[in-house]
This record gives sequence, C-alpha cells and structure tokens, in this order.
Amino acid sequence: MSRHTATEIREAIGAAIGNIAPEADWAGVDKQADFRRILEIDSFDFLRILVELSEKLGVDFPEAEYGRLVTLAGLVAYIESAEQAAEG
Amino acid sequence: MANFVMPRMGADMTEATLVAWKVKPGDEVSRGMVVAEVDTAKGVIEVECFQPGKVLELVAHEGELLPVGAVLARILGPGESAVEAAQFAGEHREEISGVATAKERAATKAVPAPARKPGAGAVSSSDRQPITPRARRMAEQAGLDLANLRGSGPNGAISVVDVEQAIKARVGNDTAGSRAVAGPAEPESAGRMRRAIAAAMEQSNREVPHYYLRTTVDMKAGLDWLTQENATRSVARRLLPVTLSLKAMGLALRQVPELNGFWTEGRFQPGSGIHIGFAVSMRGGGLVTPAIHDVDQLSLDHLMARLTDLIPRARTGRMKSSELTDGTCTLTSLGDLGVAAVWGVIYPPQVALVGTGQTALRPWVVDDEVLPRPLMEVTLAADHRASDGMIGAKFLETIGRLLQSPQAL
Repeated sequence: MSRHTATEIREAIGAAIGNIAPEADWAGVDKQADFRRILEIDSFDFLRILVELSEKLGVDFPEAEYGRLVTLAGLVAYIESAEQAAEG
Repeated sequence: MANFVMPRMGADMTEATLVAWKVKPGDEVSRGMVVAEVDTAKGVIEVECFQPGKVLELVAHEGELLPVGAVLARILGPGESAVEAAQFAGEHREEISGVATAKERAATKAVPAPARKPGAGAVSSSDRQPITPRARRMAEQAGLDLANLRGSGPNGAISVVDVEQAIKARVGNDTAGSRAVAGPAEPESAGRMRRAIAAAMEQSNREVPHYYLRTTVDMKAGLDWLTQENATRSVARRLLPVTLSLKAMGLALRQVPELNGFWTEGRFQPGSGIHIGFAVSMRGGGLVTPAIHDVDQLSLDHLMARLTDLIPRARTGRMKSSELTDGTCTLTSLGDLGVAAVWGVIYPPQVALVGTGQTALRPWVVDDEVLPRPLMEVTLAADHRASDGMIGAKFLETIGRLLQSPQAL
C-alpha cells in the first residue's frame, strides 16, 4: 500500500463526499467542524464515505476511531498516520 | 389475456409518464422482469411484470402521461393462443355496438367452448367501466377523468362518441382536466413530490383513526453486541444499528400479524409476506419508503446489503415498482436527526408505522440502581380499525424484547 500525498487524500475525500452530497461545497467547510451535521450526512452515508475511502486509499477505519473522523482535519490526519504506520 | 396496467406505487401516486418500454410485442415476460420505466414524482421507477406470458400489444406510448390503472400493454397468458387474443383484441377495437356484440358472443360461447375462459369476452375486469382502447386514449390525452365519464353503451360502456361529447361539454373550470392537459412533467419535481406526499398524508389523517403507543428500549445489549461484531469487520462489512431495528420489527410482525397488512374494502387483509417499507429522505426534500422484502427471513448481513443497495437508489429516485407497491408495514428511523421519538402518519393502506428515535445515554433503573444506559424510544402509530391497543402494546413489547437479545436477531 503506497502513501498518498495530502492532495490525493483531500481529493479522495472530496470525491467520496461528492458522491453522497453532490451539491455540497465541502471544501468551504470548517476543517475542525463536524462535517456530517453541516452537510446533512447521516450514519448510513458516513459509512459509505468511509467504505469508498477505504477502497481508494487502502486504509481501514475501526469503529472506535469514528469520533476522530467526523471532521475533515481529523479524517486527513487519521489517513496519513494510518498509511505511515503501515509503512513503518 | 390480461391488461398490464399502471401500478399504484405508493399511496401518494396518481400518475406517471411512461419513459421507455423495455419489451416489445412477441417478447416473453416473467414475474419480476422489468418491462418499462416510468417517471413519477419520486424519480424513474423500473416497472416489473407480475405475471408470466408474452407481450401481445404495447398500448401506451413512450412519453405519455398516464393515470394509475391505465392500460399499458396486453399480455398473453401462458397457454393462450395469439389467434384467440387477436380475435378478442380485434372485436375490442370496434365501436360500442361491436363491443356489445363481442360480449354477447362470448356469453353464448362460454358454454359450448370451454377453451375460452369465462368472462374473457368482457373487457378487462380490472376496469371500472368497459371502454374501447381508442376511447380511453382519447380521454387520457384530453385529460378527462374516466371515473366521471358515463358511457352510452351496455353496462355503461364508453365509446369514442361518448368521449368526444364529454370533451365538447367540458367547460374550462375542470381543474383536474387542466392539470393533466398542462403537459408531462411539471418544472419542479420536488414540488410534485411534496404535493403527492401531502395528498397521501392528508388522506391518511382524514380516513385512518390512528392510535399511538410508545416504549423505551435499553439498547445496551444490542449496541455492545454490534460493537463486538463490527470490531472484527472491515468498514465494507459493518452493520448499522438500524439493521437490529428492522430485524426485530420483522420478527415481531411474525408474532403479531394483525399489524402486517392492509385495510382495504372495509377489512384487514394480511400481507403475503413481511415486507418492511424503509423511510428514506431524499436530498433536497422528499420522502420515499421502498420496501425490503421478507425482512423476517434475512440475516443482519443480508439486511445491511439490502439497505446499501436500496438507500442510494431511493435517494436518487431509481427504484423498482415492487419496492414501492409491496410494503406491508413501515419503519421510520429518525435517530440520526436527534429526535427522541416519532409520532407518524400511517401510509395507507398499511395499518401500522413504527418509529425509532435517537439512541442516547439517559438514566435508567437496573436492579434498583440508577445507571446510564443507551435508550431508544420506539413508537407505534396504528390504525384503530385494524387493531386495538392490546395488540399494539404486545407488538412494541415484542420488539423491545427482541432488541435486547441481539444474538438471536
């Protein structure tokens, strides 16, 4: 599993969110805010986003980590550290 | 031979535009096969055939706006001869005197020729009044409500002449007519859906005497079990808590079948299976409740897979007609939106609606101690014509009990 650049990670997130909420301006959302509430994404769609990211980036997201994944900053940080851990 | 008519896909549907035919005359059709696509307020629906046979004639045209019940096609049943059907169809096309003659001929033939099914000479028994296809098409294009049309033929049969006279007699005030004539899709489909939902909810509130019950369920056992399960699963195979609610509801309906079915023609008619409608809100507004078939027989994994298939399609308006017609009871799960409990309006002609609210940590008494527990409110809205409080209470109690033994779900 190769490491992705921060840009690639952000684009993958954007694409995954775009599939769920095509009309959302996800890039303009406060990176520290709970994007589910802002973009009206429910638990089913949140899971779909994680599944898509998992397929694209080869990262898994344990349920215990969900709390960290509800902000865009948290999501990017988690993916980066997971990829780093897999390499190291 | 049977008429394949526009199905009523939900209490709030009155009409749809035929977008595309997926079969042509001569094609074999089987139960469940998609034969057409129609555009409704809820999106483009794949219409499935519900009986096997062979397509004889496509009556409706692509692009036509048709009311529920309108004849879309004629299907030859298995074992029926095309010659007999063509003869029937040929007689069918005649003017009113011709139709009367065919009926008389069929009536006299019924005894000496048992090969001809009794009643086959009469125009489709699913129609309210006999009407020739040409007259029907003319009436629909003119936006005439066939229910208001009086025919001059035997048994009130309607001919082209009757339709022409009705069109001439109509004064511009016929709002139902002008709405149909206004053209196919209205510019704002969200507005159409809102109106359709409003009409169904209004009808339900007006005609259905609702009673409401509520119970509080301790979800600790359920959620602990789910956490354990999901810890061993990758994201793609995770189970959402709503699958527990769906399965518990399905099993409870097995034990309380009085809530699984329909109130039609003044009495309760049980559903043929347990097909739970799942309320899905669409982005931009609107609500659909496509059914998951045989919920009581599906594993949680299978239920999750059904939801994963169904919800995205429902959100973007791509459903199958059987998903919209077959629901026997409905679940509306509003937990994600933070509401504690749901007091719903039943979707006619169903007789019950289950609502689940958000699961939240609240104080609960366990063995004389007050402990924080994840509690979920489960509510029932039920049709008082079909059931009494005792039945409703038994149903909710059963759901609560099942949710607290998740390994058995």
